[in-house]
Amino acid sequence: MVRRSALPGFGLSMGYTLVYLSLIVLIPLATLAIKTAELSWGELWTLATSDRALASYRITFGASLIAATINVVFGTLLAWALVRYRFRGKGLIDAIVDMPFALPTAVSGLALTTVLAPTGWIGRFLEPLGITAVFSPLGITLALVFIGLPFVVRTVQPVLEELEPELEEAAAVLGATRWQTLGRVIFPALAPAILTGFALAFARAIGEYGSVVFIAGNKQYETEITPLLIMSRLEEYDYPGATALALVMLLVSFAMLLAINGLGAWTRRRAGHL
Amino acid sequence: MSLLERAVIVPPPRRVALTEPAWVRRVVIGAGVVFLTLFVLVPLAAVLTAALSHGAAAYARSISDPAALRALKLTLIAAAIAVPLNLVFGVAASWAIARFRFRGRALLITLIDLPLAVSPVIAGMVFVLLFGSHGLLGPWLQDHGWRVIFALPGIVLATTFVTFPFVARELIPLMEAQGSEEEEAAMVLGASGWQMFVRITLPKIKWGLLYGVVLCTARAMGEFGAVSVVSGNVRGRTSTLPLHVEILYNEYEYQAAFAVASLLVLIGIASLLARRVIAARVDRSRQEAT
Repeated sequence: MVRRSALPGFGLSMGYTLVYLSLIVLIPLATLAIKTAELSWGELWTLATSDRALASYRITFGASLIAATINVVFGTLLAWALVRYRFRGKGLIDAIVDMPFALPTAVSGLALTTVLAPTGWIGRFLEPLGITAVFSPLGITLALVFIGLPFVVRTVQPVLEELEPELEEAAAVLGATRWQTLGRVIFPALAPAILTGFALAFARAIGEYGSVVFIAGNKQYETEITPLLIMSRLEEYDYPGATALALVMLLVSFAMLLAINGLGAWTRRRAGHL
Repeated sequence: MSLLERAVIVPPPRRVALTEPAWVRRVVIGAGVVFLTLFVLVPLAAVLTAALSHGAAAYARSISDPAALRALKLTLIAAAIAVPLNLVFGVAASWAIARFRFRGRALLITLIDLPLAVSPVIAGMVFVLLFGSHGLLGPWLQDHGWRVIFALPGIVLATTFVTFPFVARELIPLMEAQGSEEEEAAMVLGASGWQMFVRITLPKIKWGLLYGVVLCTARAMGEFGAVSVVSGNVRGRTSTLPLHVEILYNEYEYQAAFAVASLLVLIGIASLLARRVIAARVDRSRQEAT
Protein backbone atom coordinates (compact mmCIF):
# COMPACT_ATOMS: atom_id res chain seq x y z
CA MET A 1 0.00 0.00 0.00
CA VAL A 2 2.33 2.71 1.23
CA ARG A 3 5.77 2.76 -0.30
CA ARG A 4 8.34 2.50 2.47
CA SER A 5 9.62 5.89 3.30
CA ALA A 6 12.33 7.23 5.55
CA LEU A 7 9.90 9.85 6.82
CA PRO A 8 7.75 9.45 9.91
CA GLY A 9 4.20 10.45 10.62
CA PHE A 10 2.23 8.77 7.87
CA GLY A 11 -0.13 7.00 10.24
CA LEU A 12 -0.73 10.05 12.39
CA SER A 13 -1.23 12.56 9.54
CA MET A 14 -3.32 10.17 7.46
CA GLY A 15 -5.47 9.15 10.40
CA TYR A 16 -6.12 12.74 11.39
CA THR A 17 -6.88 13.69 7.78
CA LEU A 18 -9.44 10.92 7.38
CA VAL A 19 -11.17 11.54 10.72
CA TYR A 20 -11.41 15.28 10.19
CA LEU A 21 -12.51 14.91 6.56
CA SER A 22 -15.24 12.50 7.67
CA LEU A 23 -16.47 14.69 10.51
CA ILE A 24 -16.61 17.99 8.65
CA VAL A 25 -17.39 16.95 5.07
CA LEU A 26 -18.27 13.31 4.45
CA ILE A 27 -20.70 12.57 7.28
CA PRO A 28 -22.64 15.83 6.80
CA LEU A 29 -22.88 15.18 3.05
CA ALA A 30 -23.92 11.58 3.74
CA THR A 31 -26.91 12.97 5.64
CA LEU A 32 -28.20 14.10 2.29
CA ALA A 33 -27.97 10.54 0.99
CA ILE A 34 -29.81 9.24 4.09
CA LYS A 35 -32.58 11.81 3.64
CA THR A 36 -32.79 10.88 -0.03
CA ALA A 37 -33.10 7.19 0.83
CA GLU A 38 -36.20 8.00 2.87
CA LEU A 39 -37.95 9.02 -0.34
CA SER A 40 -39.24 6.67 -3.02
CA TRP A 41 -38.11 7.16 -6.60
CA GLY A 42 -41.55 8.47 -7.50
CA GLU A 43 -41.56 11.04 -4.71
CA LEU A 44 -38.04 12.09 -5.55
CA TRP A 45 -38.92 12.54 -9.21
CA THR A 46 -42.06 14.54 -8.41
CA LEU A 47 -40.22 16.83 -6.02
CA ALA A 48 -37.24 17.35 -8.30
CA THR A 49 -39.36 18.07 -11.37
CA SER A 50 -42.12 20.27 -9.98
CA ASP A 51 -42.91 23.27 -12.19
CA ARG A 52 -41.27 25.63 -9.75
CA ALA A 53 -38.14 23.45 -9.62
CA LEU A 54 -37.94 23.21 -13.40
CA ALA A 55 -38.28 26.97 -13.73
CA SER A 56 -35.48 27.45 -11.20
CA TYR A 57 -33.18 25.05 -13.11
CA ARG A 58 -33.83 26.96 -16.32
CA ILE A 59 -32.87 30.24 -14.69
CA THR A 60 -29.89 28.87 -12.75
CA PHE A 61 -28.33 26.84 -15.54
CA GLY A 62 -29.26 29.29 -18.31
CA ALA A 63 -27.84 32.33 -16.55
CA SER A 64 -24.74 30.36 -15.48
CA LEU A 65 -24.12 29.22 -19.05
CA ILE A 66 -24.42 32.73 -20.48
CA ALA A 67 -22.29 34.20 -17.69
CA ALA A 68 -19.52 31.61 -18.11
CA THR A 69 -19.51 32.28 -21.87
CA ILE A 70 -19.13 36.04 -21.31
CA ASN A 71 -16.33 35.23 -18.86
CA VAL A 72 -14.55 33.19 -21.51
CA VAL A 73 -14.52 36.16 -23.91
CA PHE A 74 -13.44 38.84 -21.45
CA GLY A 75 -11.31 36.50 -19.35
CA THR A 76 -9.24 35.41 -22.34
CA LEU A 77 -8.90 39.03 -23.53
CA LEU A 78 -7.74 40.13 -20.08
CA ALA A 79 -5.31 37.24 -19.69
CA TRP A 80 -3.92 38.05 -23.14
CA ALA A 81 -3.49 41.74 -22.34
CA LEU A 82 -1.89 40.97 -18.97
CA VAL A 83 0.64 38.48 -20.36
CA ARG A 84 1.43 39.93 -23.79
CA TYR A 85 1.08 43.69 -23.59
CA ARG A 86 2.74 46.38 -21.55
CA PHE A 87 0.57 49.23 -20.42
CA ARG A 88 0.24 51.62 -17.54
CA GLY A 89 -1.71 50.33 -14.55
CA LYS A 90 -1.11 46.70 -15.48
CA GLY A 91 -0.24 45.69 -11.91
CA LEU A 92 -3.44 47.29 -10.65
CA ILE A 93 -5.57 45.56 -13.30
CA ASP A 94 -3.96 42.26 -12.37
CA ALA A 95 -4.87 42.83 -8.72
CA ILE A 96 -8.45 43.92 -9.50
CA VAL A 97 -9.07 40.63 -11.32
CA ASP A 98 -8.98 38.89 -7.93
CA MET A 99 -11.46 41.29 -6.34
CA PRO A 100 -14.53 39.05 -6.92
CA PHE A 101 -12.71 36.26 -5.03
CA ALA A 102 -11.77 38.56 -2.18
CA LEU A 103 -15.15 40.23 -1.68
CA PRO A 104 -17.86 38.55 0.39
CA THR A 105 -20.62 37.53 -1.99
CA ALA A 106 -23.25 39.51 -0.09
CA VAL A 107 -21.24 42.70 -0.60
CA SER A 108 -20.84 41.96 -4.31
CA GLY A 109 -24.58 41.45 -4.64
CA LEU A 110 -25.36 44.63 -2.76
CA ALA A 111 -22.84 46.64 -4.80
CA LEU A 112 -24.11 45.39 -8.16
CA THR A 113 -27.74 45.94 -7.19
CA THR A 114 -26.93 49.51 -6.20
CA VAL A 115 -25.23 50.50 -9.45
CA LEU A 116 -27.65 48.64 -11.71
CA ALA A 117 -30.87 49.89 -10.05
CA PRO A 118 -32.79 52.38 -12.21
CA THR A 119 -31.42 55.21 -10.05
CA GLY A 120 -27.91 53.73 -9.85
CA TRP A 121 -24.76 54.94 -11.55
CA ILE A 122 -25.03 52.46 -14.42
CA GLY A 123 -28.74 51.60 -14.26
CA ARG A 124 -29.81 55.17 -15.04
CA PHE A 125 -28.21 54.85 -18.47
CA LEU A 126 -29.85 51.48 -19.08
CA GLU A 127 -33.36 52.51 -18.14
CA PRO A 128 -33.97 54.90 -21.07
CA LEU A 129 -32.94 52.02 -23.33
CA GLY A 130 -35.66 49.87 -21.81
CA ILE A 131 -33.17 47.55 -20.11
CA THR A 132 -34.04 46.42 -16.58
CA ALA A 133 -30.90 45.09 -14.98
CA VAL A 134 -32.25 44.42 -11.50
CA PHE A 135 -34.92 41.94 -10.44
CA SER A 136 -34.55 40.29 -13.84
CA PRO A 137 -32.72 37.32 -15.38
CA LEU A 138 -30.29 39.87 -16.81
CA GLY A 139 -29.36 40.97 -13.28
CA ILE A 140 -28.75 37.35 -12.23
CA THR A 141 -26.51 36.85 -15.26
CA LEU A 142 -24.52 40.02 -14.52
CA ALA A 143 -23.96 38.95 -10.90
CA LEU A 144 -22.73 35.57 -12.11
CA VAL A 145 -20.41 37.24 -14.63
CA PHE A 146 -18.95 39.20 -11.73
CA ILE A 147 -18.24 36.22 -9.47
CA GLY A 148 -16.94 34.05 -12.34
CA LEU A 149 -14.58 36.67 -13.72
CA PRO A 150 -11.31 35.52 -12.11
CA PHE A 151 -11.61 31.85 -13.10
CA VAL A 152 -10.91 32.15 -16.83
CA VAL A 153 -8.20 34.79 -16.38
CA ARG A 154 -6.39 32.77 -13.74
CA THR A 155 -6.47 29.49 -15.66
CA VAL A 156 -5.46 30.97 -19.04
CA GLN A 157 -2.78 33.35 -17.70
CA PRO A 158 -0.21 30.74 -16.53
CA VAL A 159 -0.62 28.63 -19.69
CA LEU A 160 -0.09 31.71 -21.84
CA GLU A 161 3.01 32.63 -19.84
CA GLU A 162 4.50 29.17 -20.38
CA LEU A 163 3.83 29.23 -24.12
CA GLU A 164 7.17 29.22 -25.93
CA PRO A 165 7.67 32.18 -28.29
CA GLU A 166 9.63 29.92 -30.65
CA LEU A 167 6.40 28.36 -31.89
CA GLU A 168 4.95 31.68 -32.93
CA GLU A 169 8.24 32.76 -34.45
CA ALA A 170 8.39 29.57 -36.46
CA ALA A 171 4.82 30.05 -37.68
CA ALA A 172 5.52 33.65 -38.64
CA VAL A 173 8.79 32.86 -40.40
CA LEU A 174 7.07 30.10 -42.33
CA GLY A 175 4.71 32.74 -43.69
CA ALA A 176 1.67 32.57 -41.41
CA THR A 177 -0.22 35.81 -40.90
CA ARG A 178 -0.81 36.87 -37.31
CA TRP A 179 -4.39 35.66 -37.49
CA GLN A 180 -3.32 32.27 -38.76
CA THR A 181 -0.77 31.99 -35.94
CA LEU A 182 -3.41 32.96 -33.39
CA GLY A 183 -5.98 30.55 -34.77
CA ARG A 184 -3.81 27.55 -35.54
CA VAL A 185 -0.94 27.74 -33.05
CA ILE A 186 -1.93 29.74 -29.99
CA PHE A 187 -5.62 28.97 -29.69
CA PRO A 188 -5.23 25.15 -29.75
CA ALA A 189 -2.61 25.46 -27.01
CA LEU A 190 -4.92 27.61 -24.89
CA ALA A 191 -8.16 25.71 -25.57
CA PRO A 192 -7.95 23.27 -22.63
CA ALA A 193 -7.21 26.09 -20.20
CA ILE A 194 -10.07 28.21 -21.58
CA LEU A 195 -12.43 25.27 -21.25
CA THR A 196 -11.26 24.61 -17.68
CA GLY A 197 -11.87 28.26 -16.83
CA PHE A 198 -15.34 28.00 -18.35
CA ALA A 199 -16.11 24.87 -16.32
CA LEU A 200 -14.87 26.45 -13.09
CA ALA A 201 -16.89 29.63 -13.67
CA PHE A 202 -19.99 27.60 -14.55
CA ALA A 203 -19.60 25.29 -11.53
CA ARG A 204 -19.25 28.28 -9.23
CA ALA A 205 -22.19 30.07 -10.84
CA ILE A 206 -24.75 27.29 -10.46
CA GLY A 207 -24.24 27.14 -6.69
CA GLU A 208 -23.95 30.87 -6.17
CA TYR A 209 -26.32 32.42 -3.68
CA GLY A 210 -25.06 35.56 -1.93
CA SER A 211 -24.39 37.78 -4.90
CA VAL A 212 -27.61 36.77 -6.66
CA VAL A 213 -30.29 37.11 -3.96
CA PHE A 214 -30.01 40.89 -3.78
CA ILE A 215 -30.24 41.51 -7.50
CA ALA A 216 -32.65 38.72 -8.48
CA GLY A 217 -35.84 39.98 -6.88
CA ASN A 218 -36.64 36.31 -6.25
CA LYS A 219 -39.99 36.10 -8.04
CA GLN A 220 -41.23 32.53 -8.29
CA TYR A 221 -40.96 31.05 -11.79
CA GLU A 222 -39.18 34.18 -13.03
CA THR A 223 -36.06 35.03 -11.08
CA GLU A 224 -35.86 32.29 -8.47
CA ILE A 225 -32.57 30.39 -8.66
CA THR A 226 -32.36 26.82 -7.38
CA PRO A 227 -30.23 27.61 -4.27
CA LEU A 228 -32.86 30.14 -3.25
CA LEU A 229 -35.67 27.64 -3.80
CA ILE A 230 -33.78 25.20 -1.54
CA MET A 231 -33.57 27.97 1.04
CA SER A 232 -37.31 28.61 1.01
CA ARG A 233 -38.08 24.86 1.20
CA LEU A 234 -35.86 24.69 4.30
CA GLU A 235 -37.61 27.67 5.85
CA GLU A 236 -40.93 25.84 5.35
CA TYR A 237 -39.37 22.75 7.01
CA ASP A 238 -40.03 20.96 3.70
CA TYR A 239 -36.91 18.80 4.06
CA PRO A 240 -37.86 16.25 1.36
CA GLY A 241 -38.37 19.07 -1.15
CA ALA A 242 -35.04 20.67 -0.23
CA THR A 243 -33.28 17.30 -0.37
CA ALA A 244 -34.53 16.46 -3.86
CA LEU A 245 -33.36 19.83 -5.21
CA ALA A 246 -30.02 19.59 -3.42
CA LEU A 247 -29.49 16.16 -4.92
CA VAL A 248 -29.95 17.49 -8.45
CA MET A 249 -27.52 20.33 -7.73
CA LEU A 250 -24.97 17.98 -6.17
CA LEU A 251 -25.05 15.57 -9.09
CA VAL A 252 -24.38 18.42 -11.51
CA SER A 253 -21.61 19.75 -9.24
CA PHE A 254 -19.91 16.34 -9.04
CA ALA A 255 -20.11 15.99 -12.82
CA MET A 256 -18.48 19.40 -13.13
CA LEU A 257 -15.76 18.44 -10.62
CA LEU A 258 -14.94 15.32 -12.62
CA ALA A 259 -14.96 17.29 -15.87
CA ILE A 260 -12.62 19.89 -14.37
CA ASN A 261 -10.21 17.22 -13.13
CA GLY A 262 -10.22 15.61 -16.58
CA LEU A 263 -9.67 18.97 -18.24
CA GLY A 264 -6.76 19.63 -15.88
CA ALA A 265 -5.08 16.42 -17.03
CA TRP A 266 -5.70 17.41 -20.65
CA THR A 267 -4.18 20.87 -20.04
CA ARG A 268 -1.04 19.32 -18.56
CA ARG A 269 -0.75 16.84 -21.44
CA ARG A 270 -1.16 19.61 -23.99
CA ALA A 271 1.45 21.72 -22.25
CA GLY A 272 3.79 18.71 -22.11
CA HIS A 273 3.54 18.17 -25.84
CA LEU A 274 4.50 21.72 -26.65
CA MET B 1 15.18 48.04 -65.01
CA SER B 2 18.26 46.01 -65.80
CA LEU B 3 18.82 42.58 -64.49
CA LEU B 4 21.66 43.88 -62.33
CA GLU B 5 19.50 46.58 -60.81
CA ARG B 6 16.82 44.11 -60.10
CA ALA B 7 19.30 41.88 -58.31
CA VAL B 8 20.68 44.73 -56.21
CA ILE B 9 17.39 46.29 -55.17
CA VAL B 10 16.45 43.76 -52.60
CA PRO B 11 12.85 44.11 -51.49
CA PRO B 12 12.63 45.08 -47.82
CA PRO B 13 12.15 41.97 -45.69
CA ARG B 14 8.52 41.27 -44.98
CA ARG B 15 7.76 42.22 -41.37
CA VAL B 16 7.32 39.06 -39.43
CA ALA B 17 4.13 39.37 -37.37
CA LEU B 18 4.87 38.48 -33.75
CA THR B 19 2.32 40.75 -32.14
CA GLU B 20 -0.94 42.33 -33.11
CA PRO B 21 -1.25 45.73 -34.80
CA ALA B 22 -1.27 48.66 -32.38
CA TRP B 23 -5.01 49.28 -32.79
CA VAL B 24 -5.81 45.68 -31.87
CA ARG B 25 -3.63 45.94 -28.78
CA ARG B 26 -5.42 49.12 -27.77
CA VAL B 27 -8.87 47.59 -28.30
CA VAL B 28 -7.98 44.48 -26.26
CA ILE B 29 -6.52 46.47 -23.36
CA GLY B 30 -9.39 48.96 -23.55
CA ALA B 31 -12.06 46.26 -23.51
CA GLY B 32 -10.46 44.58 -20.50
CA VAL B 33 -10.08 47.81 -18.57
CA VAL B 34 -13.62 49.00 -19.31
CA PHE B 35 -15.04 45.60 -18.36
CA LEU B 36 -13.22 45.58 -15.00
CA THR B 37 -14.09 49.20 -14.31
CA LEU B 38 -17.81 48.69 -14.91
CA PHE B 39 -18.02 45.39 -13.09
CA VAL B 40 -15.67 45.92 -10.16
CA LEU B 41 -14.50 49.47 -9.58
CA VAL B 42 -17.78 51.32 -10.14
CA PRO B 43 -19.79 49.02 -7.82
CA LEU B 44 -17.13 49.27 -5.10
CA ALA B 45 -17.02 53.04 -5.39
CA ALA B 46 -20.82 53.06 -5.13
CA VAL B 47 -20.70 51.08 -1.87
CA LEU B 48 -18.16 53.44 -0.32
CA THR B 49 -20.08 56.52 -1.50
CA ALA B 50 -23.35 55.21 -0.11
CA ALA B 51 -21.64 54.34 3.17
CA LEU B 52 -20.49 57.93 3.57
CA SER B 53 -23.63 59.51 2.10
CA HIS B 54 -24.82 60.81 5.49
CA GLY B 55 -21.40 62.05 6.54
CA ALA B 56 -18.57 60.68 8.61
CA ALA B 57 -20.47 60.90 11.90
CA ALA B 58 -23.32 58.72 10.60
CA TYR B 59 -20.75 56.29 9.24
CA ALA B 60 -19.02 56.05 12.62
CA ARG B 61 -22.40 55.56 14.33
CA SER B 62 -23.36 52.77 11.93
CA ILE B 63 -20.23 50.74 12.43
CA SER B 64 -20.15 51.24 16.20
CA ASP B 65 -23.80 50.27 16.59
CA PRO B 66 -24.07 47.52 19.26
CA ALA B 67 -25.71 45.07 16.82
CA ALA B 68 -22.93 45.67 14.29
CA LEU B 69 -20.28 45.13 16.96
CA ARG B 70 -21.95 41.90 18.08
CA ALA B 71 -21.98 40.75 14.45
CA LEU B 72 -18.29 41.63 14.16
CA LYS B 73 -17.54 39.70 17.35
CA LEU B 74 -19.41 36.63 16.10
CA THR B 75 -17.61 36.82 12.75
CA LEU B 76 -14.24 36.94 14.51
CA ILE B 77 -15.14 34.05 16.83
CA ALA B 78 -16.27 31.86 13.92
CA ALA B 79 -13.08 32.62 11.99
CA ALA B 80 -10.91 32.12 15.09
CA ILE B 81 -12.25 28.57 15.46
CA ALA B 82 -12.58 27.54 11.80
CA VAL B 83 -9.19 28.80 10.59
CA PRO B 84 -6.97 26.98 13.16
CA LEU B 85 -8.97 23.77 12.67
CA ASN B 86 -8.45 23.88 8.92
CA LEU B 87 -4.83 24.93 9.39
CA VAL B 88 -3.99 21.82 11.43
CA PHE B 89 -5.91 19.69 8.95
CA GLY B 90 -4.11 21.32 6.01
CA VAL B 91 -0.69 20.52 7.45
CA ALA B 92 -1.63 16.92 8.28
CA ALA B 93 -3.27 16.29 4.91
CA SER B 94 -0.45 17.80 2.88
CA TRP B 95 2.16 15.83 4.85
CA ALA B 96 0.35 12.57 4.12
CA ILE B 97 -0.40 13.42 0.48
CA ALA B 98 2.82 15.15 -0.60
CA ARG B 99 5.29 12.93 1.26
CA PHE B 100 3.82 9.46 0.74
CA ARG B 101 2.43 7.42 -2.14
CA PHE B 102 -0.60 5.32 -1.31
CA ARG B 103 -3.62 3.86 -3.00
CA GLY B 104 -6.58 6.23 -3.21
CA ARG B 105 -4.37 9.31 -3.12
CA ALA B 106 -6.06 10.95 -6.12
CA LEU B 107 -9.48 10.21 -4.62
CA LEU B 108 -8.44 11.80 -1.32
CA ILE B 109 -7.36 14.98 -3.13
CA THR B 110 -10.72 15.13 -4.93
CA LEU B 111 -12.60 14.63 -1.64
CA ILE B 112 -10.67 17.50 -0.04
CA ASP B 113 -11.77 19.73 -2.93
CA LEU B 114 -15.39 18.68 -2.51
CA PRO B 115 -16.54 21.64 -0.37
CA LEU B 116 -15.51 23.98 -3.19
CA ALA B 117 -17.82 22.19 -5.60
CA VAL B 118 -20.82 22.23 -3.28
CA SER B 119 -23.19 25.21 -3.28
CA PRO B 120 -22.90 27.21 -0.03
CA VAL B 121 -26.64 26.72 0.49
CA ILE B 122 -26.21 22.94 0.40
CA ALA B 123 -23.20 23.24 2.72
CA GLY B 124 -25.44 24.90 5.30
CA MET B 125 -28.36 22.64 4.56
CA VAL B 126 -26.54 19.37 5.42
CA PHE B 127 -25.98 20.68 8.96
CA VAL B 128 -29.66 21.58 9.25
CA LEU B 129 -30.55 18.04 8.12
CA LEU B 130 -28.16 16.67 10.73
CA PHE B 131 -28.68 18.94 13.73
CA GLY B 132 -31.90 20.87 13.01
CA SER B 133 -35.02 20.32 15.13
CA HIS B 134 -36.39 17.98 12.42
CA GLY B 135 -32.92 16.59 11.66
CA LEU B 136 -31.35 13.23 12.35
CA LEU B 137 -29.64 14.18 15.61
CA GLY B 138 -31.85 17.19 16.35
CA PRO B 139 -34.27 15.57 18.83
CA TRP B 140 -31.40 13.95 20.74
CA LEU B 141 -29.58 17.28 20.95
CA GLN B 142 -32.74 18.99 22.15
CA ASP B 143 -33.18 16.45 24.93
CA HIS B 144 -29.71 17.35 26.15
CA GLY B 145 -30.36 21.07 25.84
CA TRP B 146 -27.79 21.64 23.11
CA ARG B 147 -28.42 24.02 20.25
CA VAL B 148 -26.37 23.76 17.10
CA ILE B 149 -28.59 25.22 14.44
CA PHE B 150 -29.58 28.88 14.89
CA ALA B 151 -26.62 29.16 17.27
CA LEU B 152 -22.86 29.59 17.30
CA PRO B 153 -21.88 25.91 16.78
CA GLY B 154 -23.86 25.79 13.53
CA ILE B 155 -22.21 28.95 12.26
CA VAL B 156 -18.77 27.58 13.13
CA LEU B 157 -19.50 24.24 11.44
CA ALA B 158 -20.78 25.86 8.25
CA THR B 159 -17.80 28.22 8.15
CA THR B 160 -15.39 25.33 8.71
CA PHE B 161 -17.03 23.36 5.90
CA VAL B 162 -16.77 26.10 3.27
CA THR B 163 -13.18 27.03 4.17
CA PHE B 164 -12.10 23.39 4.56
CA PRO B 165 -9.77 22.98 1.52
CA PHE B 166 -7.96 26.32 1.45
CA VAL B 167 -4.81 25.56 3.49
CA ALA B 168 -4.44 21.99 2.19
CA ARG B 169 -4.79 23.10 -1.45
CA GLU B 170 -2.02 25.65 -0.95
CA LEU B 171 0.37 23.28 0.83
CA ILE B 172 0.06 20.09 -1.24
CA PRO B 173 1.57 21.50 -4.48
CA LEU B 174 4.16 23.52 -2.55
CA MET B 175 5.41 20.52 -0.56
CA GLU B 176 5.44 18.38 -3.69
CA ALA B 177 7.57 20.96 -5.48
CA GLN B 178 9.95 21.28 -2.55
CA GLY B 179 10.69 17.59 -2.21
CA SER B 180 11.71 15.82 0.98
CA GLU B 181 15.53 15.64 0.85
CA GLU B 182 16.06 17.94 3.82
CA GLU B 183 13.56 16.07 5.97
CA GLU B 184 15.16 12.76 5.09
CA ALA B 185 18.60 14.16 5.91
CA ALA B 186 17.32 15.35 9.29
CA MET B 187 15.95 11.90 10.07
CA VAL B 188 19.18 10.19 9.03
CA LEU B 189 21.13 12.58 11.23
CA GLY B 190 19.04 11.48 14.18
CA ALA B 191 16.36 14.15 14.59
CA SER B 192 13.09 13.11 16.16
CA GLY B 193 9.96 13.43 14.05
CA TRP B 194 8.87 16.50 15.96
CA GLN B 195 12.30 18.17 15.66
CA MET B 196 12.29 17.51 11.93
CA PHE B 197 8.82 19.02 11.58
CA VAL B 198 9.50 22.14 13.65
CA ARG B 199 13.01 22.88 12.40
CA ILE B 200 12.87 21.77 8.75
CA THR B 201 9.34 21.42 7.43
CA LEU B 202 7.66 24.34 9.12
CA PRO B 203 10.25 26.95 8.01
CA LYS B 204 10.05 25.55 4.46
CA ILE B 205 6.30 25.84 4.19
CA LYS B 206 5.62 28.86 6.38
CA TRP B 207 4.82 31.30 3.54
CA GLY B 208 2.55 28.83 1.81
CA LEU B 209 0.88 28.20 5.15
CA LEU B 210 0.35 31.92 5.69
CA TYR B 211 -1.10 32.30 2.19
CA GLY B 212 -3.59 29.55 2.88
CA VAL B 213 -4.50 31.12 6.21
CA VAL B 214 -5.17 34.49 4.55
CA LEU B 215 -7.45 32.87 1.95
CA CYS B 216 -9.19 30.85 4.64
CA THR B 217 -9.70 33.83 6.97
CA ALA B 218 -11.02 36.09 4.24
CA ARG B 219 -13.56 33.49 3.15
CA ALA B 220 -14.49 32.65 6.76
CA MET B 221 -15.28 36.28 7.52
CA GLY B 222 -17.17 36.83 4.29
CA GLU B 223 -19.19 33.62 3.98
CA PHE B 224 -22.86 34.32 3.45
CA GLY B 225 -24.90 31.49 1.93
CA ALA B 226 -23.90 28.62 4.22
CA VAL B 227 -24.05 30.72 7.37
CA SER B 228 -27.36 32.19 6.28
CA VAL B 229 -28.94 28.72 6.27
CA VAL B 230 -27.77 27.69 9.74
CA SER B 231 -28.16 31.00 11.55
CA GLY B 232 -31.66 31.95 12.49
CA ASN B 233 -30.82 35.51 11.46
CA VAL B 234 -31.58 36.69 14.97
CA ARG B 235 -30.45 40.26 14.79
CA GLY B 236 -27.21 40.80 16.69
CA ARG B 237 -27.34 37.32 18.22
CA THR B 238 -26.68 34.86 15.43
CA SER B 239 -25.80 37.20 12.61
CA THR B 240 -22.28 37.58 11.30
CA LEU B 241 -21.17 40.73 9.47
CA PRO B 242 -22.40 39.64 6.01
CA LEU B 243 -25.75 38.57 7.50
CA HIS B 244 -26.00 41.86 9.36
CA VAL B 245 -25.59 43.69 6.05
CA GLU B 246 -28.54 41.75 4.65
CA ILE B 247 -30.71 42.42 7.70
CA LEU B 248 -30.03 46.17 7.57
CA TYR B 249 -30.67 46.25 3.83
CA ASN B 250 -34.00 44.43 4.19
CA GLU B 251 -34.97 46.90 6.92
CA TYR B 252 -34.29 49.76 4.47
CA GLU B 253 -31.44 51.06 6.61
CA TYR B 254 -29.37 51.53 3.49
CA GLN B 255 -26.68 53.83 4.78
CA ALA B 256 -25.98 51.52 7.74
CA ALA B 257 -26.00 48.45 5.46
CA PHE B 258 -23.43 50.07 3.16
CA ALA B 259 -21.31 51.21 6.11
CA VAL B 260 -21.04 47.64 7.41
CA ALA B 261 -20.51 46.40 3.83
CA SER B 262 -17.64 48.87 3.46
CA LEU B 263 -15.92 47.18 6.43
CA LEU B 264 -16.13 43.90 4.54
CA VAL B 265 -14.76 45.61 1.42
CA LEU B 266 -11.78 46.80 3.45
CA ILE B 267 -11.22 43.28 4.81
CA GLY B 268 -11.35 41.99 1.22
CA ILE B 269 -8.86 44.57 -0.05
CA ALA B 270 -6.54 43.87 2.91
CA SER B 271 -6.62 40.14 2.16
CA LEU B 272 -5.85 40.85 -1.49
CA LEU B 273 -2.83 42.99 -0.60
CA ALA B 274 -1.60 40.41 1.91
CA ARG B 275 -1.95 37.68 -0.72
CA ARG B 276 0.14 39.60 -3.25
CA VAL B 277 2.93 40.23 -0.75
CA ILE B 278 2.93 36.62 0.48
CA ALA B 279 2.64 35.10 -3.02
CA ALA B 280 6.05 36.51 -3.93
CA ARG B 281 7.55 34.83 -0.86
CA VAL B 282 5.84 31.53 -1.69
CA ASP B 283 7.34 31.62 -5.19
CA ARG B 284 10.77 32.22 -3.70
CA SER B 285 10.45 29.35 -1.22
CA ARG B 286 9.35 27.08 -4.07
CA GLN B 287 12.34 28.03 -6.21
CA GLU B 288 14.86 27.80 -3.37
CA ALA B 289 13.90 24.20 -2.90
CA THR B 290 14.33 23.18 -6.53
